[in-house]
Amino acid sequence: MFDSLTDRFDDIFSRLRKKGRLSEAEVDAVLREIRAALIEADVNVGVVRTLVERIRQETVGEDLQRSLSPSQHVIKAVNAELTKVLGGESLKITYASRPPTIVLMAGLQGVGKTTAAAKLALWFRHQGRSPLLVGADLQRPAAVEQLGVLAGQAGVDIFSLPGDPVTTAIAGVEEARRLGRDVVIVDTAGRLSIDEELMQEVEKISSSIQPNYTFLVVDAMVGQDAVNSAKSFNERLSLSGVILTKLDGDSRGGAALSVRHVVGKPIAFASTGEKLADFDIFYPDRMANRILGMGDVLSLIEQAERTLDKEVTEKGAKKLRGGKFDLEDFLEQMQQVKKMGPLKGVLSMLPGVPKEIRNADIDERELAKVEAIISSMTRKERANPEMIDGSRRLRIANGSGTSTAAVGTLLKQFKDMQKMMRSMGVGGPSPTKKAPNRANNKKKKRR
Amino acid sequence: MIPVLAAVIVLVIIGSTFFLRARRSKLPQLPKTPEKSVAETVSADSSLDMVSDRLDEAQAEPGDLVRGTIKSRSVFSNIIGKIRKSSSLDQQLWDELEDTLLLSDLGLSLTERVIEGAKAAVAKSQKTDGAAIIDAIREQLRLLFVDAERELIYSGVTPTVWLIVGVNGVGKTTSIGKLSSLAAADGKKVILAAGDTFRAAAADQLQGWAERTSSDIVRSVPGADPSSVVFDAIQKAASRNYDLVIADTAGRLHTKFNLMEELKKLRRIADKEPGHLCEVLLVLDATTGQNGLIQAREFTQAANLTGVILTKLDGSAKGGIALAVEAELGVPIKLVGVGERARDLIPFDPEEFISLLLDVDQDGVAGKLAGDN
Ligand SMILES: Nc1nc2c(ncn2[C@@H]2O[C@H](COP(=O)(O)OP(=O)(O)OP(=O)(O)O)[C@@H](O)[C@H]2O)c(=O)[nH]1
Ligand SMILES: [Mg+2]
Repeated sequence: MFDSLTDRFDDIFSRLRKKGRLSEAEVDAVLREIRAALIEADVNVGVVRTLVERIRQETVGEDLQRSLSPSQHVIKAVNAELTKVLGGESLKITYASRPPTIVLMAGLQGVGKTTAAAKLALWFRHQGRSPLLVGADLQRPAAVEQLGVLAGQAGVDIFSLPGDPVTTAIAGVEEARRLGRDVVIVDTAGRLSIDEELMQEVEKISSSIQPNYTFLVVDAMVGQDAVNSAKSFNERLSLSGVILTKLDGDSRGGAALSVRHVVGKPIAFASTGEKLADFDIFYPDRMANRILGMGDVLSLIEQAERTLDKEVTEKGAKKLRGGKFDLEDFLEQMQQVKKMGPLKGVLSMLPGVPKEIRNADIDERELAKVEAIISSMTRKERANPEMIDGSRRLRIANGSGTSTAAVGTLLKQFKDMQKMMRSMGVGGPSPTKKAPNRANNKKKKRR
Repeated sequence: MIPVLAAVIVLVIIGSTFFLRARRSKLPQLPKTPEKSVAETVSADSSLDMVSDRLDEAQAEPGDLVRGTIKSRSVFSNIIGKIRKSSSLDQQLWDELEDTLLLSDLGLSLTERVIEGAKAAVAKSQKTDGAAIIDAIREQLRLLFVDAERELIYSGVTPTVWLIVGVNGVGKTTSIGKLSSLAAADGKKVILAAGDTFRAAAADQLQGWAERTSSDIVRSVPGADPSSVVFDAIQKAASRNYDLVIADTAGRLHTKFNLMEELKKLRRIADKEPGHLCEVLLVLDATTGQNGLIQAREFTQAANLTGVILTKLDGSAKGGIALAVEAELGVPIKLVGVGERARDLIPFDPEEFISLLLDVDQDGVAGKLAGDN
């Protein structure tokens, strides 16, 4: 779907290598590709313009010719620029000297406010606080019930009143005070930033409860409009920061950049899954890579270079290509790959991983089991699994603390896998696709 | 164990690619997931008849889309007004036009296609006044729509089943409430199937809508198998002579393998006798950016979409991504959500939508609205 910026640059920079220097037009071409990548990532067009201008100023003066890999050089510069915008000062939560610390949640409909409120409550609990959740979304049917269920899961109490959201919010804060809670989180109904009546309502909630923190909840999938709504909310509520949700999808999340840039408030938290614990403080550098469509490739390369043994990895790949990859090789590779961290995490950072694998339930305990089984085999057995008969199977099962059935499953599945790899010719250098529609774009003149 | 085995092998391949690449001193090129071909959209069975022509009178009058979204237009810049006044179009105005389309979330490649097409048409006609240019753009946008039936389809044999799908929070449940009210106004007997057994209080929310629209509901306990809820609803509909089952589903990100598998199963169940699955509607939030196209692609692959409901057009977002979905995947936009009340669902009209994308009523330059402060 999206070409990574790398693909797009390769073409341009191959010309650089021939001529040694980029012409004005070629610099433009590079910047155009950056612009395209950012727009496809949903960064607001206006913000893109500002960024591209800055990147031009930063890269044009530099002598790209001397750099070993100009493409990498430019990408690093772009990456640094985005990280700078996304980062800036981060949000530090300080607690009110006279508790409770009051937190207000606001945002458009369907962005995930209610879930984020519960997640935030759990986060506060993990910080040793005892929050109270207040359900002031009296608009959407069953919103308070939803908050109630989530509060139960988070081990937090909830307060709500039927009727008026402003009254409910005020009463909720009172209740937190009465109960001696140190944090109170007020969930509000989703509203459009151009709905004057509802914006006045949330403004009224805010002025009545005087929150210490006001978070705008923003969906990572949102497009160009993100800046309009964020601006309006910021004008009405003077936001403390943003909570970015649904980052477990594959949206590039350029809106984070736009909102940060336009509203100037930090992105405080990121929500990365449906479980309440899938919530963490925000990392600007990871987000920059994601926006550029590079997964977390940059840090992954560094990690791979640090942890993988080049010889061993290349040997393994060669055997794979030759269709000679046996259990011995598998064990060796597995031990290497394991050093990079939890498999699931590594896979999720990589672009290009088939989604069947990326989303598969990878249980690290399974990995340990597989390793134990293969380790209990002799070298000969690993090279020739056919020789593993009933008695050998029992020995391996005992040695690895598993069952003969597990050993059998592994052998069979590995064999299937080998067959499949052979039939697919897996392991050959991956063909790099160039998107055809980009070709004619390059000819065009854009600012 | 399969996932573990496969994962290790994938990592070996990718790991070695790093090193191969590093040798050529470039960033790694990673193997890409092969683009899957887009499943064809279901064409309506000839035995199905259209009975939803009363939809129009029950709902909106012409111009309602524009009226419903009138608020949103003030945020847009006055590029069209500017063009109308201008006697010829210079590069800067073309660029602003391009920004206008980009700001609607139409996406880069379609935007460029539209602009290039319009430029060519203008060059050919040799008329370069503002009106001619706007016409050219309109014409190009028209070309992006598919020639498809946009009315909701009922089966000739009851019960008809409509399945509503989409990512989290886009407005599936609300749209079902609205559809139910539409169908009731059409004289249909409706059952809602609370197929979202995952999200907290989802069934309660749907029940609220069932009560509000005097339809029935079939629900189960939290965590129950959604297929069995839909199955039960269809059984009940068949035995008690209901016309229509509208099935809610849990919001799911298209990247979640297991949930997409669950959806495939749900679709199979919904299409089993005595049910007649006539619509599988993707709900798309107008604020969605370019990810919407990936969503639609994945959902159509899993569930063979028959149409799109574009929600939240009453906000400041333009919903251009829905047009991208229609143009790229051939899935027609059928209905538009313009608010939170039962009657805020109106038939989609391409011409009105084009106006919405282009028409503006405030001074200013596209792109100025963001980023320069
Ligand atoms: N302004 C506006 N709000 C809408 C529209 N459609 C839905 N909403 C609101 O969007 C929010 C989410 O709607 P739901 O119907 O719960 O969305 P869903 O897709 O069922 O959500 P999940 O089941 O949680 O995935 C609610 O607050 C709705 O009132 C619309 O057309 N305009
Ligand atoms: Mg729902």
